[in-house]
Amino acid sequence: MTTAPRTLYQKIWDAHVIETRDDGTSLVYIDRHLVHEVTSPQAFEGLRTAGRTVRRPDLTLAVPDHNLPTTARKDAAGNQLPIADLESANQLATLRRNAPEFGIRYIDATDREQGIVHVVGPEQGFSLPGATIVCGDSHTACHGGVGALAFGIGTTEVEHVLATQTLLLKQSKTMEVRIDGQLGPGVTPKDVVLHIIGVTGMGGGTGHVIEYRGNVFEEMSIEGRLTVCNMAIEGGARSGLIAPDEKTFAYLKGRPYAPKGEDWDKAVAWWKSLATDAGASFDKSVVIRAEDIQPTVTWGTSPEDTSAIGGVVPSPEDFTDASKRDAVKVSLDYMGLTPGTRLTDVEVQNVFIGSCTNSRIEDIRAAAAVLKGRHKADNVRWAIVVPGSGLVKEQAEAEGLDKIIVDAGLEWREPGCSACLAMNPDKVPAGERCASTSNRNFTGRQGPGSRTHLMSPAMAAAAAVTGRLTDVRELVG
Amino acid sequence: MKPINHVAGRAYPFGRKNVDTDVIIPAHWLKTVTREGLGKGAFEAVRKEPGNVFDDPEYAGSPIIVAGDNFGCGSSREHAAWALLDMGVTCVIAPSFSDIFSGNAFKNGILTVALPQAAIDRLMEVAQTDPIEIDLESQTVTTQFQDRYTFDIDPFRKHCLLEGLDEVGLTMAQGDTIAAFESKAAQERPFLSRMPAAVA
Ligand code: SF4
Repeated sequence: MTTAPRTLYQKIWDAHVIETRDDGTSLVYIDRHLVHEVTSPQAFEGLRTAGRTVRRPDLTLAVPDHNLPTTARKDAAGNQLPIADLESANQLATLRRNAPEFGIRYIDATDREQGIVHVVGPEQGFSLPGATIVCGDSHTACHGGVGALAFGIGTTEVEHVLATQTLLLKQSKTMEVRIDGQLGPGVTPKDVVLHIIGVTGMGGGTGHVIEYRGNVFEEMSIEGRLTVCNMAIEGGARSGLIAPDEKTFAYLKGRPYAPKGEDWDKAVAWWKSLATDAGASFDKSVVIRAEDIQPTVTWGTSPEDTSAIGGVVPSPEDFTDASKRDAVKVSLDYMGLTPGTRLTDVEVQNVFIGSCTNSRIEDIRAAAAVLKGRHKADNVRWAIVVPGSGLVKEQAEAEGLDKIIVDAGLEWREPGCSACLAMNPDKVPAGERCASTSNRNFTGRQGPGSRTHLMSPAMAAAAAVTGRLTDVRELVG
Repeated sequence: MKPINHVAGRAYPFGRKNVDTDVIIPAHWLKTVTREGLGKGAFEAVRKEPGNVFDDPEYAGSPIIVAGDNFGCGSSREHAAWALLDMGVTCVIAPSFSDIFSGNAFKNGILTVALPQAAIDRLMEVAQTDPIEIDLESQTVTTQFQDRYTFDIDPFRKHCLLEGLDEVGLTMAQGDTIAAFESKAAQERPFLSRMPAAVA
């Protein structure tokens, strides 16, 4: 039997389709389900009301992250501290109650494995290459960094997966983003993905699954790949994928939920067969030269509003599309920016280093490398570093990175989503600017009236030091 | 889920492009553990703008929103759909929708109608003064000025919306098919179907 050349996406898809209906909708098996406190209460409520159970509790992992304060969680005696915001407390308590009721594995707020769901999944070896992974959160695409077909779902779909371990899906189109060449100094995975979204636009990937290809991604660390795939959704795609390779296997081997013994060997053999075949075609292809990517920041309220740090705030007239022109006008007004201003002249009052995009150990190391022996500028009022998980925190502390961070005048916090979306007390005050390593610069995302500039951990650390948007290459040569 | 077929009434002429889910329902409204009551937070930031369509008595209680490209982009929060339902909106018309939003809308019995920009421009005009009608059965959007646009919809989605069918129940009825797949997959890829006991 000869099979036509297939893409990585096609192979994972084919392995998981249970049946396809006449209208093209497929019933697809889900291998791993991550659950957090925000999008699950109504799903569990639905199950309870209908008298339904969870089909595969063993394939489901629940962990709280969005609402947790990032200040100390235990008092000196080791007792869990109460959460002041009653609604947050109620949502967290609801997950804590639902997980055991439905027999689901649960990591608690004070466990050392607790963290942002998208950091915890790969870190625990729960997220695996070739697996279908879902979570009620749009940044689930993140897990594509280890070669999983991962995507965000809504609460009714969470209920559907809990009850049936399947989803009804239409096959997506495929899009290749190929970057070959040599990245310049100071150019990190975050700059790569911001640059990609600047090129493809926010809707460029709609209806597609993106596979990131080329030597830039092959040479990238797993942490970096997770950063890139995390933001696939910001370019409109439901999932982003990078083919699993030796680096992926080395990263996963020995992690708590990764396959063991004979299963591991079988897994590696299968994972190796998943790479896109030579001659397979994509519905859409975008080619970018690595050399064209600069350290990048956003200036507006859409992740496509990117510019190299050496650039200036654009003017609405620079855009040909009339509705984009209007959007830019509104966005610059909201951001309090004047066209023509050099980006490096824009002052920031807040710095947030964290979120599922950039809170892994490599990110903390990159920030600490810039902060080492330096101090934050006086005009920076609030600067926090929030590790992605308790294990990242332990690792960073073992390397002494927390000390560098604190000596530089930044705060070292407990793991969680934090100022990424400000559901917990970590908020950027109205009208103030934040150099942020998160993934969304939408209006009000970091708190009502907050003004977000997205960038890499090294760039955010540089902004903390100078008090304005800064080309990190000026600080570390 | 309530069946939906005919939606008729005034429409909010919103027209904005790239309306993300933070605009539809800001994050601080996501702390609820039930589906009701989110209408109060819908378009909260827009409502602070003087002269916005959502506070204009002219459009109060409209069941339809006419919007620009890429409606519902951003996060996967289903609260966006619940917020629209809670404010009484059961149909959104736009040139395109984010995949996740249209899925969430469908699952909650909200009809998303994609029409070309030219049709949207015309409907924006009509919405200022007159009602719009959407008929799912015939897949048409009409006005009293002889405008008539047909739209595409997935036949399965159409069937579920017309009958008010709950997807979870429909799939659970296929339990045997799922079990058969599950045991075949366990043979072929035991490493995915078997979860090791965690060793810390
Ligand atoms: S860190 Fe931000 S983007 Fe990531 S899961 Fe949390 S809220 Fe969502």
